[in-house]
Amino acid sequence: MSTMSTESAMSTESTEKPQQAKPKLAVYKFASCDGCQLQLLDACGKLMQLADRVEIAHFLEASSRVEPGPYDLGLVEGSISTAEDIERIHAIRKECRFLVTIGACATSGGIQALRNWGQIDDFLSAVYASPETISSLEKSTPIADHVPVDFELRGCPIDPGQLLELITSVVLGRRPKLPSQSVCVECKSRGTVCVAVARGVPCLGPVTQAGCGAICPAHDRECFGCYGPAEAVNLVSLTSFYEQQGAPRDKLTRLVRGINGYAQAFREESNRLEATADGGAKGRP
Amino acid sequence: MMPAVGCPAVVPTAPAGDPWRSHTVRIEGIVEEIPGVRTYDLRFLDEAVARGYRFAPGQFNMLHLPGIGEAAISISSDPADPARLAHTVRAVGNVTDALARLQPGETLMLRGPFGGPWPLADRTGRDIVLVAGGLGLASQRAAICELARQRSQYASVTVLHGAKEPAGLLYTCEYRAWQEAGLEVRSIVDGPPAGGGAAASPGWDGRVGLVTDLLEELTILSGQATVLCCGPDPMMTAVARTAIRRGVAAEEIFLSLERNMACAVRHCGLCQFGPVFVCQDGPVFPFAAIERFLAVAHL
Amino acid sequence: MQRENHPAGPGRCQVDGSPQAAVGDWVWLNVADLQLLIDALRHDGRRVVGPQVADAAVVYRDLERAADLPRGWIDEQDGGHYRLRRDEAAGVFDHVVGPHSLKNFLFPARETIGRFLREDGTWRQLDDLPPEPPLAVIGVRACDLAGLAIQDRVFLGGESVDPGYRRRRESLFLVAVNCRRAAATCFCHSTGCGPAVSAGFDLALTERDGRFACEVGSERGAAVLATVSAATSLLACSHDEVSAARGQPAALEQAMHARQEEAGQPKPRSLNTEGIRDLLFDNLEHPRWEEVASRCLSCTNCTLVCPTCFCSSVGEVADLSGDAVERERHWASCFTLDHARMHGTSVRSSTASRYRQWLTHKLAGWIDQFGTSGCTGCGRCITWCPVGIDITEEVAAIRDTAGQKESPA
Repeated sequence: MSTMSTESAMSTESTEKPQQAKPKLAVYKFASCDGCQLQLLDACGKLMQLADRVEIAHFLEASSRVEPGPYDLGLVEGSISTAEDIERIHAIRKECRFLVTIGACATSGGIQALRNWGQIDDFLSAVYASPETISSLEKSTPIADHVPVDFELRGCPIDPGQLLELITSVVLGRRPKLPSQSVCVECKSRGTVCVAVARGVPCLGPVTQAGCGAICPAHDRECFGCYGPAEAVNLVSLTSFYEQQGAPRDKLTRLVRGINGYAQAFREESNRLEATADGGAKGRP
Repeated sequence: MMPAVGCPAVVPTAPAGDPWRSHTVRIEGIVEEIPGVRTYDLRFLDEAVARGYRFAPGQFNMLHLPGIGEAAISISSDPADPARLAHTVRAVGNVTDALARLQPGETLMLRGPFGGPWPLADRTGRDIVLVAGGLGLASQRAAICELARQRSQYASVTVLHGAKEPAGLLYTCEYRAWQEAGLEVRSIVDGPPAGGGAAASPGWDGRVGLVTDLLEELTILSGQATVLCCGPDPMMTAVARTAIRRGVAAEEIFLSLERNMACAVRHCGLCQFGPVFVCQDGPVFPFAAIERFLAVAHL
Repeated sequence: MQRENHPAGPGRCQVDGSPQAAVGDWVWLNVADLQLLIDALRHDGRRVVGPQVADAAVVYRDLERAADLPRGWIDEQDGGHYRLRRDEAAGVFDHVVGPHSLKNFLFPARETIGRFLREDGTWRQLDDLPPEPPLAVIGVRACDLAGLAIQDRVFLGGESVDPGYRRRRESLFLVAVNCRRAAATCFCHSTGCGPAVSAGFDLALTERDGRFACEVGSERGAAVLATVSAATSLLACSHDEVSAARGQPAALEQAMHARQEEAGQPKPRSLNTEGIRDLLFDNLEHPRWEEVASRCLSCTNCTLVCPTCFCSSVGEVADLSGDAVERERHWASCFTLDHARMHGTSVRSSTASRYRQWLTHKLAGWIDQFGTSGCTGCGRCITWCPVGIDITEEVAAIRDTAGQKESPA
C-alpha cells in the first residue's frame, strides 16, 4: 500500500486551482434540435441554487445578455455542419477553459450524420426548392473532430441530472462522476427484465453507455443507443448473436446506425454489417 | 525470552462496529514534502475517539472528503502517538486533488485503521531491510519510527529508498535522525534512459541506478534478513527476486500492495488480487503467498 | 404436534386443544391458504414479495394477492434465452428462477450508507438512516437459499459486519419452494445447492396435486402458520405424505443427473467441480480467456444477476451547496474498467482479464476467501448473458485443455 490514492487521474487544468471567482458558464449551439439546451433550461430550477457559484455568462436560448469571455466552462450543443461552424468552434475553444460537448450531435455528429452515408447533393435537391442557396458541408461531424474536447456529456437528449453533476463538479473542483459502463447496469439495478433475452428483441443496451436510466427497456422496448458506445464494446459478438437468433441483417444495420450511428464503434459495425451482407458493400463514410 | 516489543503480532484489521462509521479529523498542519506531495497532520475532534485509536505500522486509513470521495492512505506517523496521525499524499486524482486544496483548520472524515501491519513484532534479532520505491516510503515511515525506538532489539535496520529523481526522495530531512537512531539509510535515483548522459540530475552527487542495486550491495542480506518492500508491483517483484537470490526466504519478504478500494473490509470486492483481498488479507503479504499471482499480467 | 404421532393419517392442527405446528412439522396448505399466509405475513408489518409474471418474465415483486402468483407458467431457458410459456397443467411454482434473486432485496442495487453535514466549516457524520420494514419472500428456491448463505458469509462472516445487510437479514422471513422441474440452464445438482430445500427457511412448500406440503423450519415460521390456522383449519401431513413430498425434489435431482442432450432441445448443464480451484488458478494464462473475450460483451449482466456477486462501489451525492452529502453504495461489476482502476487506468484493461477475474473469483478465489464456491448452479449468468456465454462450457473447455498457455504476443 503506498499513499497514492487509487482514484482516477485528473488531467484537466480546471480543478487544479482553487475556485476563487464564480466560474463563468457559456452555452453554444451548432446543428441540433435544441433539445439539450432545453434540458439545461429544465435543470435551471436547480441551477438557480448555484447562481451564487456559477455565472451564466452566455446562454442565448435563456437570455440575450452576453457577458464577454473568456469562460470557465463552455457547453456545446450540435454538430459541425457548415464551413462557418468550423471557424466558430475554433474561436469558442479559445475562449473556454473547459469545453464540454452536450448531446449526441456534438459528441458523435447526431442523427443528421446519417447523411454521411449518402450524397449531400441528393439530399439538398430532394429537400429544398432552391438547393443552390444552401451552404452545407458534405458531412455532419462531432465537435471533437475539429477541436480538443475536455469532456463529453452523452445522450439524446442529455440527462439534466448528469448536467448538474457536471456543473457541480466544476464548482466543487473535481472530476465529474458519470457512468461509462453499459445500459445493462441500469436495467439490472432497477430490476428491469432484459428485453433481448426475454422477448428476443435486438437491443443496443449491452454496448451503449449508461446514463438514461434505461428508460426504453423499462417500457418494454429496445435501447437504440442514445448515449453512444459504452467504455468497452463488442458489437460484432452482439450483432452476430442477434442474427443467429433470427434478426434480419438490415434491421441490425439500421439499429446500429441510429442517433449515434457516426460514433466510431457504431459506425464501424454498421459498415461491417453492410459490407458483409449479401449483395456486397455500399458507400462508407 | 525476548521481551515483547513494538506493536503486537496480531492487530485488528478493521475497527470494531459499523465499518462505515467515520470520525471527524481536523488538519493541524500541512508539510510540502516534495512537489505535489504533502504530509497532513490530522487530529480527531472527539477526545474519546482519539483516546481509543491505535494503529500498527503498515496499516491505512480511509480519508473521506464528503461530496468528493474517499481514498485509502497509509498512516505515516509514529504508532507510539496514535492520536496524532500523519498521512503523506500525492495529488493524483479527485480526492487527493481536493485534499491538496484544504488548509490547516479544515476538517475531513476518517475511518480506520485497516489492514494488517508490517511483521515487526516477531522479527526481533533479525536484520531488517526496508526497501521503498518513491512514495512507498510513506507506508514504511511508521515502521521506521517503531524500529528506531526499538533499534536494539534488531540485529540491524537498513532503509533503501529509490526514486525517479532526487526531487522524488521522501523525508530526506529525517535521514539524519534515523541514522542517529542506528538505522542505515541509503538512497538512489533512476539512471538516465539508455544511451543518455551519465548524471541523473544536475546537483545530484548521490547514487544513480535502481533500488535493487543498493540491495545487491548489502552485505547483511542473507537468510537472517527480513525484507519489507513497498513500491510499484514490478519494482517489488525485482526486489523479491534479488533478495531470494541472496538467500532471503520468500516467506521473509513482505510486500505492501495497492489496489482500488471502496470499503476496506472485504465487502466491496474491488481490491481483489487473485484469491486475496488487499484491504484486509493485506496490504502486507509474504512474497511466497502472492508470487504466482504477481507473475500474471492484468490480474 | 409431532408428525410421528400421526402415523396413520392426517390430523388437524387447529382443533381446540390440539397443539399447533412446530418446527419440523408438516401441514397441508391449499391454494387459498396462500392468501392467508400472505395476509399473516403482512399483518405482522412485513413487506411481502413473491414471484409474479411481469415484463415477460417471472420476477420478484411486492405481493398482496396469491392470485398474482405465476400459476400455470413455465419458463424455457437457454444461453441468452428466456421465454415464458403458458401451461394450464403447471402449478403455482413450476417456473424455475427468473432474473431476480434475494440479492435484489438483501444487498440492493443502491443503498445509503452514511449521511454527512458540514456546519460552520466542520464535517460530521449523522446517525440516522431511513428505516425499512422487515421483508418476507415467498417462492425462494434451494439455489436462492444457497446464494443467501454465501452472501451471509461475505457480509456477516468476516471481521467486519455490514450493518444494512445484517438488519435486513435478521428480519427476513423465507417461504421456500421445492422445484418440480429444472431449466436446461440449472445445474444446482452439480454444485450441491439443490434442487431440494433442506435448511435455512421459515416455511418450505412442496407442491403436490394442487396443494402444498408445508414444512415448518423455524419458530417464526410456526408463529406465522399459527396465524393462518386461526383463520382456517390445517391438516397435518401423514408420514407417508411427508415421505412422498421429500421424495419429489430427490427424484428431480436424480433426473437432473440423468439428463442427456437431445436434438432440438437446449443442452442440459452440469459442472464438474472436482479440483476446480487449482484447475483455474493453474490456468490463468490459458488461451480460452482470449477466446471467450471474443464473445464477451463486458456488459456486466452475469455479475448483476448472480445471486452471490457482491462487488460494490461508493458514490457521493451532494446537494448543490456541497454541505449535505449522502454516501451511496451501488452494485459494481468486475466487467467495468472502474472496478480495478488505479491511478487513472484499469489493472484489468482487457475483456479477457475481466472475464478471467469473474470466473476465477466465482469458482476458485471464493473458496480461499469464504470457504465456499461462489456458484450455486442457478444458471442465471447463462440465461441472462445477451450472447449466451455459458460458465459450465467455459470451465469444461479449460478442463479439457488444461495446461495450455497463451503464447506471448
